[in-house]
Amino acid sequence: MTPNVTDTSQPLLSIEGLHKAYGTTEVLKGVDLTLQRGNVLTLIGSSGSGKTTLLRCVNLLEDFQQGRIVLEGQSIGYHEQAGRRVRHPEKVVAAHRGMTGMAFQQFNLFPHLSALENVTLGLRKVKKLPRDQAVALAETWLDRVGLLARKHHCPGQLSGGQQQRVAIARAIAMSPSLMLFDEPTSALDPELVGEVLAVIKGLAEEGMSMLLVTHEMRFAYDVSDQIVFMNQGRIEEKGAPKELFDHPASTRLKDFLKNIRF
Amino acid sequence: MYQPPSWFHELWAARSAFSAGLLTTVQCSALAILCGTVLGVCAGLVLTYGRWWGRWPFRIYVDLVRGTPVFVLVLACFYMAPALGWPITAFAAGSLGLSLFCASHVAEIVRGALQAIPRGQLEAGKAIGLTFRQSLAYVLLPQALRQVLPTWVNAATEIVKASTLLSVIGVAELLLSTQQVIARNFMTLQFYLFAGVLFFLINYAIALLGRAIEKRVALL
Repeated sequence: MTPNVTDTSQPLLSIEGLHKAYGTTEVLKGVDLTLQRGNVLTLIGSSGSGKTTLLRCVNLLEDFQQGRIVLEGQSIGYHEQAGRRVRHPEKVVAAHRGMTGMAFQQFNLFPHLSALENVTLGLRKVKKLPRDQAVALAETWLDRVGLLARKHHCPGQLSGGQQQRVAIARAIAMSPSLMLFDEPTSALDPELVGEVLAVIKGLAEEGMSMLLVTHEMRFAYDVSDQIVFMNQGRIEEKGAPKELFDHPASTRLKDFLKNIRF
Repeated sequence: MYQPPSWFHELWAARSAFSAGLLTTVQCSALAILCGTVLGVCAGLVLTYGRWWGRWPFRIYVDLVRGTPVFVLVLACFYMAPALGWPITAFAAGSLGLSLFCASHVAEIVRGALQAIPRGQLEAGKAIGLTFRQSLAYVLLPQALRQVLPTWVNAATEIVKASTLLSVIGVAELLLSTQQVIARNFMTLQFYLFAGVLFFLINYAIALLGRAIEKRVALL
């Protein structure tokens, strides 16, 4: 297993025929998607459209019943064995999860660890870096998100925006090949949204591949290479930001955009 | 004229009985708290994260033990172990009963603490590539510890108090030793009071220990 195979001919991420159901309720009804290396793809849609679920399938926080997710040429979550679909063993799943980084709506920082320890935990236990290297790398990233001075603060002593920036540093320090952002600014006070978006935008400009779920349409417009509009578990429409926002084809997207403030 | 011996004199005369009783109480309590905590943490983990076939034996065990008086449990261990072909001393039987009781309480405390941790914590652990065991060791258990401590102190002091029940199966712990001393000198009030103070001191020490640990691991 080598997570960092660089094969530029293939898309970084491809999703084919993804189906996901909770019991009898189908939440993803056959989703196909590809993401090229270095691109930013934003999922938009009303709540319950399945965009967060789709994002969480990519790092297997949700399992799925049908379809394939291929990241860096590796099948995520399941493999075929004697014609049957088998879930990867836990170690492989954990290794695949390490190929992606995720920022959550609720930050999910570890409250018992300092900002620095939040970032070094994965570096030390997953990447097995020695302590000094892990600390140096973590400090570099905390500096990047502007929080080096707060490295010894615990999450409870940081504002929401600061917590989310630490959470992004924690994810990105693992050098993932794909970053997943699940509504990273939805739980923030309005005046703190900007600082988090600025960090994400900086990463995008440096060529970080991203899959993003957000309600910040202005931001999505600015930062995305491709926007995907989801509705009731399906992809309703996709395209470059400008054409999608300026000339929506489906009535559902038109209705959706009508209710959004830019 | 006859002068009855003073209380201090009697206490001095009974010093070996008291220290032996105190030692026995501390030993069986410490053993029960230690074994009960280890077994209870394991049971709590299975109850929280196990599959149904792993959960139900522990569920039955916890419900059964919690629904039974400790006294009955101690007697059951004392009489049933030999009947089942396992000859054990009264001390061992009593400690076993207390351990089983302690474990059932700790199991529920641990389960409650783990279930109170937001789901996002385990997800965040998974997302950076931690395996379940690593998440447990570095993310979940350290947080559960903070929840568990105050209630654990409670459970531990209950065990010390429940250890007095071992007097009934003939273990000369602090209470039975006290009664034996009183049978010789008839200073009932003084010596029961003295035994009470010793029990209090043991439990106060546990409470102080708990508080010290709590302070060390407190979240900012």
